[in-house]
Amino acid sequence: MLVHLRRSFVMALICMVLFGFVYAFAGTGVAQLLFRAQANGSVGDNGSLLIGQNWSSPKWFHGRPDDAGPYAANPAKGVVGGDNPLMANGVKGSSGATNLGPRSATLLANTKQLVAYWHKMGVNPTPDLVTTSGSGYDPDISPQDALVQIPMVAKATGIAPDRLRALVARESHGPEFGFLGSSFINVLQLNEALAALR
Amino acid sequence: MSFLLTLVALIVALGVTWRYLGSYMASVFEGRVHFLHRIERPIYRLLATSPEQEQTWKRYASALIIFSAVSLLFTYTILRLQGSLPLNPQHFGSVGSALSFNTSASYVTNTNWQNYGGETTMSYFSQMGALTVQQFVTPAVGIAVAIVVVRGFSRRNSQTVGNFWVDITRCLLYILLPAAFLFGIIFVAQGAVQTLAGTVSFHDALNNVTQTMARGPIAFMEAIKQLGTNGGGFNNANSATTLENPTGLTNFLSIYLLLAIPVALTYTFGKMVGSIRHGVALLSVMALLFGVWVGFTSFAEHQNNPAVAAAGIHSTVGNTEGKEVRFGDTSSALFAVASTSTSTGSADASYDSFTPLGGLGLLTGMMIGEVSPGGTGSGLYTLLIYAILAVFIGGLMIGRTPEYLGKKIQAREVKLAGLGALVMPITVLIVTALAVSLAAGRAGPLNAGPHGFSEILYGLTSQGNNNGSAFAGLTGNTPFYNIIGAIDMLLGRFAIMIPVLALGGALAEKNVVPESLGTFRTDNGMFVGLTIGVNLIIGGLTFFPAISLGPIVEQLSHARFF
Repeated sequence: MLVHLRRSFVMALICMVLFGFVYAFAGTGVAQLLFRAQANGSVGDNGSLLIGQNWSSPKWFHGRPDDAGPYAANPAKGVVGGDNPLMANGVKGSSGATNLGPRSATLLANTKQLVAYWHKMGVNPTPDLVTTSGSGYDPDISPQDALVQIPMVAKATGIAPDRLRALVARESHGPEFGFLGSSFINVLQLNEALAALR
Repeated sequence: MSFLLTLVALIVALGVTWRYLGSYMASVFEGRVHFLHRIERPIYRLLATSPEQEQTWKRYASALIIFSAVSLLFTYTILRLQGSLPLNPQHFGSVGSALSFNTSASYVTNTNWQNYGGETTMSYFSQMGALTVQQFVTPAVGIAVAIVVVRGFSRRNSQTVGNFWVDITRCLLYILLPAAFLFGIIFVAQGAVQTLAGTVSFHDALNNVTQTMARGPIAFMEAIKQLGTNGGGFNNANSATTLENPTGLTNFLSIYLLLAIPVALTYTFGKMVGSIRHGVALLSVMALLFGVWVGFTSFAEHQNNPAVAAAGIHSTVGNTEGKEVRFGDTSSALFAVASTSTSTGSADASYDSFTPLGGLGLLTGMMIGEVSPGGTGSGLYTLLIYAILAVFIGGLMIGRTPEYLGKKIQAREVKLAGLGALVMPITVLIVTALAVSLAAGRAGPLNAGPHGFSEILYGLTSQGNNNGSAFAGLTGNTPFYNIIGAIDMLLGRFAIMIPVLALGGALAEKNVVPESLGTFRTDNGMFVGLTIGVNLIIGGLTFFPAISLGPIVEQLSHARFF
């Protein structure tokens, strides 16, 4: 027994050093050397490509309704207005979904509110635009989600719908290698391209 | 169409891995791999042991239990002292005692159930020095136990089953470390975050928005999280976040990684016992069950979410609530089934928001004991338990003492296998009954109606199976759930491992009886069918009443919302 106990302590220490710290430090070193921008969070001039923002003005394409803001999906959970998508779960800085079940009356009520919001904006919403994501800060929408917003953006900015459609097509990414995952558009990149169009 | 291509790519990748990683792992455990001997030898010296010092199953088991207890103590201590330790750029305080106990039990049992939000609770020191460490150690321990059972079949008249310290050291150095490091680099290249620089803030002038993003050493934790079927992510929302799982490719690689070792171990088994056909038979059991579960669950998730449909939005892209755009419905379902059919429990979507039948698919993947293909090591040894029960039942049918790989399966082996198969259902059903009987347990669920019961059942099934995924609406960070969950996880791990090690020891002691015409074949379709039957009957009979009160009632309550 005693010999097991001694070996256990030694092994636990070895593992902590080797597989906790040496592994993570070496990994960080390699990452910072080879892929600095990605490893630091893909941060550009207007934010990170990794986390969604609250684009509340009709002059911009909107992301999914994860963050609070004018169409707070889940006021019951104490999410207050604001523009921090990291508050999606009601906890500052934490990612997370609403976790509302498929037969949840709250989910039904939230979705109805979101549908009404989009109709008010002149948009006929797609499923992505009235449901929240798994992370609480999905930075992407599907090409279809962008196309349905074109009437809203065209009206607010005065840019011709044809040019917006071309923009959406240009910013769309297919699934990886053509088959892994789904087509998507990064909303920040889309809106940066939209700003350049003006 | 692209989902079919994804499945084909997965099958091809796993097929190659099955053959080559499987054979490589056999070489590792037979001591024929030495490229890191400059690290391996000094470890043996520090431990005062060597590959020549073999242990009986009892010494092997006591080494395993004591090492796990010490690991639990280490993890608990780090979490409790977190506030005074370095590498804490967000200045998090120490973790409370009940949560620390739950979390350390969770990581030491390969469960990775998380009653905390990672990026708002854990310092970098804790994530690396307490949690990532266990993500390496516990798969090594699980694989070592599986290898003991394999040796039970491959050895004859042997009192010893191997050396615990040597087995885990070899597994850590030659299997887990190189693969995790390689995939860590791929994850970073794809956009996963890996830095020690703390949070970052930025301002978007277009939108007049200021954001703060929590960062950390995420990508390399991600690699071992999936490879070791651990599942505990850096962030609260786990693999749904872009910081952990940025692209469709990393999502695919995650699915591949968490299936790789459990699948390949069937080849290792076949090679070590000298009959690849027997490995193929076990692989067939895993693949058939997995295929049915993937088909069922992806179909369910391709349907409308009932609440969203009732709000007037009809979807052609499946249930989008709680899912990420870049993955889509079927890929998220594939990830979820892979995660709950192994002991991983990572999540690239909110499983709580899956359709009732989609959630049922995930819940039952765990309830059949996680054998399709199961966790690293635990999948193989749990499946061997069911194989022994199948052989026993087959033997009863033809009226002969059953044999498996030439080893007579007698009363002792059947009792140990029966114990191994029943610990999990008994534990899960008792703690679930307890949780729904007590006010503290009933306070947990977020959702009302049958889904609330499903949240409790799912949480305790997940912990009892060392899975770690959740219907995350359940508020688990309460003294009640922290403690009952920790007990659930510890029993689900060690109360199965000990009878399994005893089984390995008992089998190793036996001689091999020569095969005759009357021997019940254990490498053909009949045996595969019988094993699946035994597995489904045990899982089905024990859990059907419980699931009929949760997801099934929910599916049947048309037009009702709770």
